[in-house]
Formats: sequence, C-alpha cells, structure tokens
Amino acid sequence: MIDIKEPLIPVVGVVTDIRIDTPDVKTFRVVTPDGKKAFEHMPGQCAMLSIPGVGEAMFSITSSPTNTEFMEFSIKKCGCVTQWLHSMEVGQQITIRGPYGHPFPVDTEFAGHDMLFIAGGIGLAPLRSVINYCRHYRDRYGKIDIVYGSRSMQDLVDYKEIIDEWSKDAGVNVHLTIDREQPEWDGHVGFVPNYVKELGFSTDKIAILCGPPIMIKFTLAGLLELGFDKTQVYTTMELRMKCGIGKCGRCNIGSKYVCKDGPVFRFDEIDELPDEY
Amino acid sequence: MRKISLDKLNQLFSKIAETQTLYMPVDTKTGARYEKWEEGKELSDALNTVRSAKDFFFPQTENLMDFKMEGKNIEIIDTRNEAEDFVIFGVRACDVKSFEILDRVFLADPADSYYENRRNHGTIVSMACTRPVETCFCQTFDIDAASPEGDVVCHKTDDALYLEAKSDKGEALLNSLNDVTEDTDGSAVDEQVKTVHERMSRLPLASLSADAFGADKTKEFFDRPEWAELSQSCLGCGTCTFVCPTCQCYDIKDFNTGHGVKRFRCWDSCMYSNFTKMSAGQPRLTQVERFRQRFMHKLVYYPTNNDGLFSCVGCGRCLSKCPIQMNIVKVMKKLGGKSND
Amino acid sequence: MQEIKREILINKAKDLLADGTVDRVLGWKAGEFDYDVTPAVFNSADEIEGDFVWNGFCGANFSKYLVKETLKGDGKVLVFLKPCDTYSFNQLLTEHRFDREKVYAVGVPCNGMVDVNKIKEETDSVVSIDFDGGNTVVHTLYDGDLSLPTEKLLSERCVNCKSKKHVAYDELLGEDGEVCDSGRFDEVARLEKMTPDERFEFWQNELSRCIRCNACRDVCPACTCEKCVFDNPESPVENKAPANSFEEKMFHIIRAFHVVGRCTDCGECSRVCPQHIPLHLLNRKFIKDIDELYGEYQAGSVLGNRAPIVDYKLDDAEPSEAVERGDENA
Repeated sequence: MIDIKEPLIPVVGVVTDIRIDTPDVKTFRVVTPDGKKAFEHMPGQCAMLSIPGVGEAMFSITSSPTNTEFMEFSIKKCGCVTQWLHSMEVGQQITIRGPYGHPFPVDTEFAGHDMLFIAGGIGLAPLRSVINYCRHYRDRYGKIDIVYGSRSMQDLVDYKEIIDEWSKDAGVNVHLTIDREQPEWDGHVGFVPNYVKELGFSTDKIAILCGPPIMIKFTLAGLLELGFDKTQVYTTMELRMKCGIGKCGRCNIGSKYVCKDGPVFRFDEIDELPDEY
Repeated sequence: MRKISLDKLNQLFSKIAETQTLYMPVDTKTGARYEKWEEGKELSDALNTVRSAKDFFFPQTENLMDFKMEGKNIEIIDTRNEAEDFVIFGVRACDVKSFEILDRVFLADPADSYYENRRNHGTIVSMACTRPVETCFCQTFDIDAASPEGDVVCHKTDDALYLEAKSDKGEALLNSLNDVTEDTDGSAVDEQVKTVHERMSRLPLASLSADAFGADKTKEFFDRPEWAELSQSCLGCGTCTFVCPTCQCYDIKDFNTGHGVKRFRCWDSCMYSNFTKMSAGQPRLTQVERFRQRFMHKLVYYPTNNDGLFSCVGCGRCLSKCPIQMNIVKVMKKLGGKSND
Repeated sequence: MQEIKREILINKAKDLLADGTVDRVLGWKAGEFDYDVTPAVFNSADEIEGDFVWNGFCGANFSKYLVKETLKGDGKVLVFLKPCDTYSFNQLLTEHRFDREKVYAVGVPCNGMVDVNKIKEETDSVVSIDFDGGNTVVHTLYDGDLSLPTEKLLSERCVNCKSKKHVAYDELLGEDGEVCDSGRFDEVARLEKMTPDERFEFWQNELSRCIRCNACRDVCPACTCEKCVFDNPESPVENKAPANSFEEKMFHIIRAFHVVGRCTDCGECSRVCPQHIPLHLLNRKFIKDIDELYGEYQAGSVLGNRAPIVDYKLDDAEPSEAVERGDENA
C-alpha cells in the first residue's frame, strides 16, 4: 500500500510554524520548500522526521489528511531528536519521509458509527488526525465523544482547538479531565480510566485509545466492564523504528511489525500478539 | 552442461573478469573469504567463508546518502554509483538459499532499492559441496548441498569443473564462456551427487528436524521456560547475527564528517541491549527476551510471514563462531523435543 | 588431557550442593561434538551428572559471569576456576564487582586448553574427540581417526601460559602450580621492532577483518561497565559499525586503553574473536610497557593491588620517557 520509490531517501521539509502546546509539547507545521504537502496520508499513519547529524525518528501525523495545505506533528520532548526539534526556529529545514503504516479504518469499519476517542497526554496527537477527519466528514459518523486527560491544564495538548472548535461542533461532546486540582480549573479532576467509567458510555460505538501504557491498560479494562468488545476498541502503538518499512527488524511484536502492520491495532488483534511491547 | 578441466580454471576466471568483476572465496591464514579475483588468486575449496555472501547485497556498512547543511537549509545528495555487473563464484547451497530469504525481506513492497540494484547486477555461480562437515545441517531446511540453486551451478570433481545454467543470467554468462568450456553430459556429476547424498545422510546432524517449528506457532513457543536456561550464558554480542547469512537487521546512523553529514546503514543485532531501546522504554529488557527474539524470528515469525520458509539455512557458522557455543541447533533440540537421536 | 578427572569435579560439586555450601554450580555443559562446551548454571546433582564437562575445551573464564550470577538469590554459587581465571576473579573483586560472600571458588589445575581451530587446520570435520595421554584423538568424517599431540593443539594463551598457580580460591583440587616463565611478550617484542609503517600495516590488516560483533568486549572480564560508552546513544562514539577505516581501529585501541592495568591477559578476547584477530597483543603491549616503565605488575595477582597507572609515586616514569622510547622505535 506504500507507493514510495525510494523508501529510505527523504525529501526536504520546511518548518513554517511552531506552536507551543504545553511545557514539553510543540506542534510543528511542515511543507516542502515549494509550499506543498510532502505527501498524502490517512489518519493514524506516521512519518519519519530527521535532522541530519542528529537522527531520524518516527512520529504520527497529527494533522488530518483533509488539510490540503500542510502537515502537522505534535511532538513531546523526550530524546535526542525531539530535543533538537524543540530547539528549532521557524524556517528551519528538516527531512521527511513517509507515510508509513496502516491507518485507522476511517472509511470502512468506522463509517456510520458513533465514535469514542480516549486520550491521555501526548496520546491525543495521533487521535487529532482521526478526530478532525471525522469532523470534516461529519455526516459519515454518528455522535462523537472525546475524553481527554492530562497531568495538568497546562499539559493538555491542542487546548485552544479543543475549546474553540471541537467542543462547539454539533454532535461532538468533549470531556476533559486533569490529574490534580488546580485553582484555575473548574472541570473534572481525576484519571482518565475512572472518568470513562463515570461517564458510562453505551457500547454501540467504536472506541479509540491512545496514551501511556498504564492508562491504556486500565481504560481498556474499564471499557470491557462497560460491555465493550475488544473488536470495537482500537489503539496505535509505538516501538523503536529505523526504516519504517518492515525491514530493519526492531519494531516487531511477534511476527507483526508495528511500522508496517501497525501502528493501528484492534485489541482483539493485540491479544494474538505475544506480550512484548 | 559445460565442462572445463581444473588446470584451465584460470582461463575461465580471466574470461569472466574481462567483462565483469569476479569475486570468489580464497584461502587466507584466518579462513576463506570472498575477494576480487585477479591473476594468481586461487579458488578456495573451503566449505564456507568466515563471513557469509550476504555482504555482496547487504554490506556491513553502506553510505545511503549525504546531506549538505547550510544555515537552516538542507540538501539531500544521493551518493549511489553502483552500476557494475559482478559475478560471485563458488557460493555454497546454504548461502545461495540465504539470498531468497533476504529477497523476501528487502524486495517486499516497498523494495529496498539499494539491495535491489546490487541484486540485479549480480550473477550467482554456486558450487556443489562434496565434503559437508559436522556443523552442516542444510538438509534440515530442505536444501540440497549437492545440487545448489543459482544462476549457474558448478560441480567440481577431481579433474574438472562442470557448469550448468539455471537462469537467463546464467545462460548469458555460460554462453560468454563457450571458448574456454566444452560440451559434456552430466554423468560425472550424477555420480558425485549420489556420493554426496550418501555423505549427507551420515552427518551427525542429518536427522535434525525443524518440523516442530514454523508458521503461526508463536503462542506455542513464546512462553517456554527453556528460553531462560538457553540464554543464561549468552554474552549479548553480535557474532551469531553477523556471521549469519540470513540475519538482516540494520541500523541507520548519521555521521558528521565535519564537512557534511553522511547517513549510513550498518548491520545491527537483535542480541544487542540497545536494539529496541527507546527514550520511552524498552520492550526487551533482558538477554532472555533478546535471545528469544532471534530464534523465534528464524523459526516462527519469519515462517509466519513467508509461507512457512525458515530463516535459517543450516550453514553452521553460528555453531563454530559463538563465543559460548550456544546456537540454533541446541535451541531446536531443546525446544523441539525429540528431533534428533 | 587434564590430570584432574571430571569425576573429582563432579563429586566436589555434588558434595557442596548436598551439604548446602552452595545452591548452584557454574560449570561447563556438554554440546554436540565434545568441543562445543557452553558455560551453564547447574542446579542439581542430576543435571551435573548428566551434562557437566571437564575436558580440554573448558576454556571459558567464568569470573565475569559472577558479576550477574551473584546478584541472583541468597545462596552461594560454586565456581570452578583455572589458574588464569583466578587472576580475573581477583581483579573483579579488587574492583568490587561482585560479592565474595556469594561465591565458593574451587581451584582446578589446568594443563592448557585446546584450540579447536588448530584441529580444523588438520581436518575439515570433527565428529568427536577423545584425549588419550598426551594425544588428542579426533574422529573425523573423511580422514578416519587422527591422533594429534595435544601440545601442538593448545591455544596461544596456553602455549604462553603465564601461571599455573591459583591466586584465589576457597578450596583447591589437586596440586597448585607455579607462575610460568612464558614467552608471552615475544610477539609484542617482534612488533616493537617493526618500523611504524610495518606495524601500521600489520594492525591495519588484522583490524580490517573486525565485524564489530563486540564479542571481545562482551566476554572481557575487565569490561564490566553497566553501560559501555560504545552503546550509549548519549556518547559521540556510540556506533555499531565503523563509518570509516580509522574508526574501525579506534574501537579496539580505545578498548585496550580502557582496560590498561586491569587486563590480566586472560586471552578471552582472542579466543572468542570470530575473525581471529590477535587482540591480546594490544593488551600485552600495555602490560609489557607497564612492566618496563613502572616495574613488573600482574593485574589480579594480589587482591586489592592498585595498578601502577592509577597509583602515583614520586619516582614514576615521566611521560617524556614514553615519548623518547617511541622515538627510538620509530
């Protein structure tokens, strides 16, 4: 499904905008030097970004494919490459290649369904692409619920977009939560898994989970308690990657390569994989 | 089938070398290795080269591209210039089979163009084995050491070398050698193949079976307690992976030369502790998981993804090179139950 | 070939397991062909009876395994140590790399270990091997049975054995030997006599075969860093393959520097090198230099000894001496 003649050779991308989302997350807008999108993608797919001399790393594409002008990447500072990316200024060139991996089945399995998005922290990044895709093709999907939590109010990624756009859409319900009380916060306080159970969703929908492993673990358990089946719940995974095309050999879980066969998995598929991720 | 007497081998080699670069195993003080043929170099009779033949298509280190960095700008420079046809002469049956195993990874969509380019330029001349040794177990994987695959297949008897083309590329190569070879029937070869088959049946590992392993057996083997014992003295070095003809994991690294950045690809090993290490975590925390990964990949994962084909060719290099003498045969015997004896 | 018989080691191990002195045994485990012996932990008398090996192929030095093994469980581990292994044992203890209380060390006399590669120079196939007096009898597939004098098959480090004396143990089996007057520095002396160009050529040729498998480092009892600088992504020298021929040499030279004064010359690096690079010569050069510049020093010979290189003395050699010596060699 990947149509890339030179899968390891990137193209040059220019960073045209840098948005500071949280103290450790920035969102980078990238276009080619002639101002176009580097390539087309589907929600859930990833791209390899690199700074020559520093390294290359895989990131999920956080903008929706329906955005025809540019691509965006929300990136948390945690390693060599991300630190460098965070120190960039607008106008800096980087390299980009992709898209990699299987996207969320937005036009098939998701079509016609109510959608429940559950994210924790930077886990919103890969979901933002799907959420905005669903919002763009609003009539193709039913009701949309978004449960999103972070450590604090300041750690909520895309807060402005969530408040100014998502929560104002008809048929979209946004449920935000933060881990601990804050004076300027009048919303819900508590961990995501508990909040999901408190909200108590009906099981006639597709759920997509993304966040830290511990959140995934307890949220999934909560959803199963509510009566969800594993075939209704999706997530997107991340392991160390170098090639992006299933050849360098390091991102496998059993016989599946996260870069090629994932990163999107349904939980009944994950059950078939050995416990090594 | 064509033939040439052994005392004229030099003519054969110089004829090939007229049009293509010719590589073949030659003996050195530290074992046989592939070298570029030139006048005076002799074909080794060694069963196996120390390093496998995978280097020709998947070299240990290669420059993928260069980057010129100026201010905020980046220029990407494609540095490839490999366009030379070459012949690898004297590849053993196990190593020839390894190319198919590598092909299924590197040529799967999207193909690795670096590998593909070399593969297209290379012609494989294989050499049937006559004296398989105790570390050989290619027959476990249905490889016939006496009749290898390849573009041209050679059989060496006491006095002559017999050559048979098996592909268009091989046909073209053999046709170009008509001046120095003569037509012959295959009777001498048939005789030798029979002898070698008889020898293979008497090898110590002749009855080693891989039947217990294969596609879709992840659950059966993943949690076996024996992994801990099998891996307990593993040093975590990369010897097995690097001498293995089918191991193909790689790393991509950047190297700042001071005048620009070179991005290169180099062999990597799933046995290394930092192979899967991320800033966010490490899915294979101890050598038990790393060790398991290597053998599960060869015996289960690869077959799952490749129609049951195993990712081992029984060349025996890991048997003779592992610093602690742990290897796939011991793993198969321990986990596969009654495979031998 | 070994004077001390397998039964003696086995009985010792079984006794120590039975009386509770130890709860597991670090020993050599039988393989497929007699020569492919694997280091293993034995937990019971049955396991020992079945698979424990003591023959001419028990070259593996167990000292480094103690670093990890002593962290497991509360009981003691029994380790069998050949004389050369006891130097690494002492050196690791000197560096506080494992808990001495968790180990019961039994010294085993050694007549030298066989290098299977030397057998494979005589015949291409080795089905099994017997030791018969001073001879090694090799059963082959195509050459019949070969009887070869064992002393001709000894690995280099055993030909140039530095010591048959154990420098650390709780108990000794058999008679202890003496420190040997070996010719282990002869090859270093030969290299020293070369011109710099010849020497460069020599190492260029040897090190060009390196495949960066790291076996030398991973087996080395002096290399016990939790995180090697060559594996650390935060380090500028972290890499898995040389980007150029200069780096290829640097890996081994840097490693030799890192183990200066701590390398006991156990020879494991050269034993495990799949490319037969004589890595021990780099370390021996350092040892010889230390001997000549600071007085004779054998790492690991005495528990707690400080290597001259980290032990400042007023009459230490000045750096200029090394430079002058270098000029003489040039």
